[in-house]
Amino acid sequence: MNRRRVWETTRPYALILPAMIALFLFVVYPVFYLIKLSLYKYNLLNKDKSKFIGLDNYREIFTRDDFYHALANTAVYTVGVVLCTMLLSLGVAVWLRKRSRFNAILQAGLFTPHIISIVSIALVWMWLMEPGHGLLNYVLKAFGLPGSPWLQSSSTSMISVILVSVWHSIGYYALIMVAALQSIPPTIYEAAALDNASRFKVFWKITLPLISPQLFFILVIMTIGSFKVFDTVKIMTGGGPNGSTTTLVYYIYEFRTTSIGFASATGVVLMAIIAVLTFVYFKVLAQRIHYQ
Amino acid sequence: MASIELVDVSQSFDKNTIIPRLNLKIEDGKFTVLVGPSGCGKTTLLRMIAGLDRQTSGSVLIGGSDVSAIAPGQRGVAMVFQNYAIYPTMSVRENIEFGLKNNKVPKEERTRLVESISETVGLRPYLDRKPSTLSGGQRQRVALARAMVKKPSVFLMDEPLSNLDAKLRVQMRVELIELHKKLGSTFVYVTHDQVEAMSMADTIVLMNQGEIQQEASPAEIYREPDNLFAAQFIGVPPMNVGDMGQDGVRFGFRPEHGLLSTEPADAHFTAKGVISTREMLGSETIYQVRTRDHSFMIKCTEDLFSVDQDIYLSVDESKLFLFGADEKRIYRDDRRHNTYLHALRGRFQ
Repeated sequence: MNRRRVWETTRPYALILPAMIALFLFVVYPVFYLIKLSLYKYNLLNKDKSKFIGLDNYREIFTRDDFYHALANTAVYTVGVVLCTMLLSLGVAVWLRKRSRFNAILQAGLFTPHIISIVSIALVWMWLMEPGHGLLNYVLKAFGLPGSPWLQSSSTSMISVILVSVWHSIGYYALIMVAALQSIPPTIYEAAALDNASRFKVFWKITLPLISPQLFFILVIMTIGSFKVFDTVKIMTGGGPNGSTTTLVYYIYEFRTTSIGFASATGVVLMAIIAVLTFVYFKVLAQRIHYQ
Repeated sequence: MASIELVDVSQSFDKNTIIPRLNLKIEDGKFTVLVGPSGCGKTTLLRMIAGLDRQTSGSVLIGGSDVSAIAPGQRGVAMVFQNYAIYPTMSVRENIEFGLKNNKVPKEERTRLVESISETVGLRPYLDRKPSTLSGGQRQRVALARAMVKKPSVFLMDEPLSNLDAKLRVQMRVELIELHKKLGSTFVYVTHDQVEAMSMADTIVLMNQGEIQQEASPAEIYREPDNLFAAQFIGVPPMNVGDMGQDGVRFGFRPEHGLLSTEPADAHFTAKGVISTREMLGSETIYQVRTRDHSFMIKCTEDLFSVDQDIYLSVDESKLFLFGADEKRIYRDDRRHNTYLHALRGRFQ
């Protein structure tokens, strides 16, 4: 009887144990290890020569210009990608909301970039963006417009990277928005029609509020994702030219061998920035979101 | 206030013809109920009047003018939907106000209207709540208030009570009748429930397969059904119908007009049978009587018999209805009426 009661109380813990072990090993422990590393001047060749230096790494981060430069680049990238993707996906979703075969094909087409490796995409776009022989400049010139140096000038490199990221993710987010739009009962629109609402008003007062939970989710997910951008930058520009596309994660990556401690400290700062940003989103936008 | 007229309207979706060709005039200020089984085209008809689905051909006239090309919001109609279609992200006040705002009604008047309407339907304490916190009955009232506040000349209702529980439904029925009396506007009400139709309507429009079967007052449609469909759709239990076995003619009588007795009675229609089921409903009892050729439902005010009891059934001549092979009623002034009535006498004894 007593043994049975013990099992009754321990059973839930036993059942979640495997998941908790994995979570601890792969999430909690690495985070704390990262924080620990950030407090050291770490020696990769000889672990014993690593030296505890307290908050020196953090002090260094906040005095270095290239950190602020990377942070600014990341902010520009994030704002650009999030804004463009949100607006374009929403536009596409509204356009494709009706269920028809034609729309299904279009939707599948728009979704395809999402299933292709970002490496392939980045390589193809680099090719398209080649200033001398690329297709993009060829087309621009065909219309009598001046070509662009695309990735090879520090003034256009960031916008080019943003362009590729947006192109890559529109289909995916449009898909989520289409699903949200299609879940709105048609009678609500009919009621609005009988209430003599203009199209603009219907969109602003009915459609947007009704899909606001999904939009908010996408906003948070996309902001976090954009803050952590690495792959496109690594392949397309390597942070250049002249550091114009060095984002925070790429910045961390550059210190992977020379200064593990400094890289770790930057990682912690990045984590904190994302956490604060998400918190702010929830604080500022929560009352504008209409959960059913 | 406005009358509604449907002239030669038809409606098809893709290759499905819902309404082949229909003419209907709905009188100004009347409570008209469109009733029929599901898929009979009654909701389609309502949506045509509202302008939500454009008719394939023909024209819709409201207040004498053709509104076929006019948008739903400008037809002067308001509609209550089956699922209420309340805007879930707006408060009760915003829901009621939305139509007024779109029609550019000034703010003070809006507030005044919203408050007086919400008083009428008993929503005053809930004005700043979200619809998700309201009960089914309260949501129903929001939908009603939203329709009423626009002071429409025509009220359209698409099974508005079907999502309420039985008790609330009876209560709302009475409130709707009172509302109609108070507003005096034209009500067009769609339902598949003949009890609702009977209890609320000034005029019932009975539909089946996209065609109007009969258009009459509840009393007339009950007492003088035009055809077999009307006879069997209206009334609980429906009219008893039996085959005469001659020219495909059928006879019928209402459940309350069948008399049961333990001794053979002298009446125009008599039959011997046995009681197979008994439903005691309180003020009345419904027996199912199985005779040699038929099975009839009989409604009695007294509960005198028991299951498996042998019984004699009799129906007075004046209570018998005759229907031809085309399912149309054979009226008393029809030459065939007496022939068939005569043939019926003693036939199923």
